[in-house]
Amino acid sequence: MNLKKPAIAGTLESSDVQITLYPNEGNGIEISLNSVVKAIFGQAILETARAVLREFGVTDAYVQIDDKGALDHVIRSRMQAAICRSAECSYDWARED
Amino acid sequence: MANALKRTNLYASASSPVNMAQAVFYEEDCIVYDLEDSVSLAEKDAARFLIYNTVRYHRPRDKYVIIRVNGLYSEFIDEDLQAAVRARPDAIRLPKVESAEEVRRISAQIAAIEKKAGIPVGSIRLWCNIESYLGVLYAREIAQADPRVEAMAIGAEDLTVSLSASRTKQGLEIFYARNAVLMACREAGIAAIDAVFSDINDLEGLQHDVALAKNLGFDGKTVVHPRQLAAVNAAFAPSEKEIRYALRVLATLEEGRRQGKGVITLDGSMLDKPMELRALNTLRMARAAGNKVGGEYLND
Repeated sequence: MNLKKPAIAGTLESSDVQITLYPNEGNGIEISLNSVVKAIFGQAILETARAVLREFGVTDAYVQIDDKGALDHVIRSRMQAAICRSAECSYDWARED
Repeated sequence: MANALKRTNLYASASSPVNMAQAVFYEEDCIVYDLEDSVSLAEKDAARFLIYNTVRYHRPRDKYVIIRVNGLYSEFIDEDLQAAVRARPDAIRLPKVESAEEVRRISAQIAAIEKKAGIPVGSIRLWCNIESYLGVLYAREIAQADPRVEAMAIGAEDLTVSLSASRTKQGLEIFYARNAVLMACREAGIAAIDAVFSDINDLEGLQHDVALAKNLGFDGKTVVHPRQLAAVNAAFAPSEKEIRYALRVLATLEEGRRQGKGVITLDGSMLDKPMELRALNTLRMARAAGNKVGGEYLND
């Protein structure tokens, strides 16, 4: 899946995470992470972000993650929303079947 | 296992991860993750993902989990159902239901998604919000429209707007609607959920309001703030006095039947079938709420 435009999902409120996605054509996946729990959960946050990108088949993206202590399923949700917004596509819920 | 009680229904907005996370730790019987009024138009897509991932993978096991979707004629309803059904909540709450046909249409949509997703067809229940004069007028048909319908809930703010009525704390303007919806629920054998008491700072007003709802016969109430939970839970749970009386009613009936009495009395009053059913219902509620009598839990 190709990202078409910059997109944001999430907020900077406590327990949330703000994901900013940019198309990064030809440059692969680059991730920048700011997190209040980076020392403990930084690696897990990066793995979740990379996993969601793989699920959508996104191979080129610059991802800015500003985490305020979000749980894993919140990070996943914000990544999914940001990807759909950036790619200007609707989500196929049947893929969960 | 989902909570069998429906005393309190607490809304948690899907626009706020912190609200959703905190809601799990309160004492509501039912948690209602909301995609409708509390989510801005621009955030419906993100809220849908958040609700799906929360309910599908992190649902609270000790609560009855409900997802309120957007309006039945909104541009969001189809995708809301796609996500909400696959999240596998206990029920989906429909706003502003006004006809039986609407319920059947949504039920058919849910059935198709359940089938495709490998979810037992019919397992996800429907709660219908009655929030307009049309909803009240057609409450009987709505309540019996489909086997999925498990409860109806009054939404007083929108209802009073549709009536051109003023919304007051005393609630006289919704008295007829409360009774009409309640009777429709009783006829259909489903739960009746009372309206929100909006002033979260007026606990005395809330206590009066919930006492009225309980006396009318409602099974529970929708609440919009955690600080309302204790008062509403307490009001809908049987008191120790009520439990003791229910136990005496059943014991007296049992003894009277054993002795072959045609007429059985307690404290000068004749005990009849409705009183027996009320006593059984009181004990059912008490057991589900974990109430104690004389420091002991009730036995089955």
